[in-house]
Amino acid sequence: MSAREGAVVATHGLGKRYRRRWALTDCTLEIPAGHVTGLVGPNGAGKTTLLNLAAGMLTPTTGSIEVCGGRPASGAAQLARVGYVAQDTPTYSGLSVADHLRLGARLNPRWDAGLATRRIAALGLDPAQKAGRLSGGQRAQLALTMGLAKRPELLILDEPVASLDPLARREFLQGLMEAVAEDGFSVLLSSHLVADLERVADHLLVLVDSRVRVTGEVEDLLATHHRLSGPRRDPATLPADQHVVSASSTDVQSTFVVRTDQPILDPAWTVGRLTLEDVVLAYMSPGAEPRPALEMVR
Amino acid sequence: MIWLGWRQLRTQAATLYAAVAVCAVVAVITGSALPRSGPDVFDLLTPGDRRLYFTGVIVMALAPALVGAFLGAPMVARELESGTHGLAWNQSVTRTRWLATKLVLSAAAVAVAVGALSLAVTWWAAPLDGASSSTRGSLPGRLTPVSFAMRGLAPVGYAVFALLLGVAIGILLRRSVPAIAVTLAVFTFVQIAMPLWVRPHLLRPTTQLVSVSADTIAGIGFHNEDPVPTLEVQSPPGAWVLSDRTVDAAGRVVPVPSSFVECVPRPPRPDQPDGPGVVNIRERMDTCLSQLAAAGYRQRLVYQPAGRFWPLQWAETGVFLALSGLLAWFCFWRVRRL
Repeated sequence: MSAREGAVVATHGLGKRYRRRWALTDCTLEIPAGHVTGLVGPNGAGKTTLLNLAAGMLTPTTGSIEVCGGRPASGAAQLARVGYVAQDTPTYSGLSVADHLRLGARLNPRWDAGLATRRIAALGLDPAQKAGRLSGGQRAQLALTMGLAKRPELLILDEPVASLDPLARREFLQGLMEAVAEDGFSVLLSSHLVADLERVADHLLVLVDSRVRVTGEVEDLLATHHRLSGPRRDPATLPADQHVVSASSTDVQSTFVVRTDQPILDPAWTVGRLTLEDVVLAYMSPGAEPRPALEMVR
Repeated sequence: MIWLGWRQLRTQAATLYAAVAVCAVVAVITGSALPRSGPDVFDLLTPGDRRLYFTGVIVMALAPALVGAFLGAPMVARELESGTHGLAWNQSVTRTRWLATKLVLSAAAVAVAVGALSLAVTWWAAPLDGASSSTRGSLPGRLTPVSFAMRGLAPVGYAVFALLLGVAIGILLRRSVPAIAVTLAVFTFVQIAMPLWVRPHLLRPTTQLVSVSADTIAGIGFHNEDPVPTLEVQSPPGAWVLSDRTVDAAGRVVPVPSSFVECVPRPPRPDQPDGPGVVNIRERMDTCLSQLAAAGYRQRLVYQPAGRFWPLQWAETGVFLALSGLLAWFCFWRVRRL
């Protein structure tokens, strides 16, 4: 499979089996370069497996995956292109913060020692402190610093803020955004908290059961999704350009989440704006119809 | 990568080298005070010396096991268990190079440390190995299973093997503590299995037919209530005797014939001091032995002669290094697929 120009991650029929359980099956998707892409989905959708496959921590059971134009972890050059901060933001508890930076400097040809030192200083971390004595948030920040100072083309973050308190969470995402604004690398991060993603992601991918339910730029998703509520109505009678994402009805009233490029003209509807979380939940809700992935292009 | 490998190894390496240094100092101090030559070395030994001798054997048997359990088993298992492999494998270094660096550094450190320890113990024990007294007993020779793997080069092979065994088991189990336990169990089994089933066949042993006579006999063994005794003939000095069996004229292994059993005088019992005199017994015995020899019975002695010590050392070290190579290959194969 040849990746489309501009795709930083491209998978085709990707599957991963752990012993007898499939964690990901027949997953085909593309993630555009130059974006901060948020990967959301319910537990067990295959998010972590997908990210581990992209970083090369796992090898696919079936299908193929291409990251930055190469097979994940296929060699030192490929490893240098991709940064990965795993879910539990691992650090060596016996090594000091300074040791971690030295480790990064020794093991990465493009290591940015200045950036690493500046970030550690800005975070107020003591370089002599052993990583095992850092708080969860500080450890996550150290792991992120190592990912950033590696200067990858793609930085993958798996639930990086899951274990952090709201303040540490904000600081972490703030740091990530600043780095992206400076260097313009691609980021792929997963979370089941849409509110966190909303702050940093400009592109979104909703993964349910290994399938891309929806993907697109956050702005477009917000602009094209509407909540319609009004008298009870069969969703089949909606105009052809309004794709129903989710529907719920009482005896007298219907509420639809629809996607359309066109303005809503029917005066019978009360049209409500949706937050990103509403959009994501509409796609993740069990009532949402599985449909072929449609890509939103501006 | 060498920096990280060394950084992670240095505490354990320092402990290992400190322990080796302590043992070496003890060996040098006590070794200088030992009677180091002469025919009566054994008679000059104090009970303390003999205790130290066996302490040396135990230290050399334990050293590789400890290396495997506490250096080898947690090496990768601890990374897998704490998730730090996720950090290490996402630097710009392939897993193969990561593992190769760790293995080479630790194997080299272990080989040098255990080699030095073995040098100290081998030097210390050299005058004592096989030392015997005509009246009071002896210490086992350096070719016997008691001390063969605790002298010379072999401990280096054992230690490198134990290290890689630990790493491989750690990669398989992905947990430090179970890996330590399994490594100790498997390595102990190997330590026992080697002299029992493998070492005797590393080099073809020498077989010798000895006709039994008063000059060649070393002992007649009566076992519990079994009326048929077994014969033992004298073996060359320092040899490792693998078997010493009675064969008939056709070369078949047979029990000692009943004619001999009837002929041979029973040893005087302590509660019957009035039996036949010692001189009489000796004469009777000589007659029985010459009758046995005349009937075509011989003792077939299978042994590794003393001169095989170094060839066997090289062979056994080679076996363990080859096994280490296989284990290393397994580690690389498995780490690429984790």
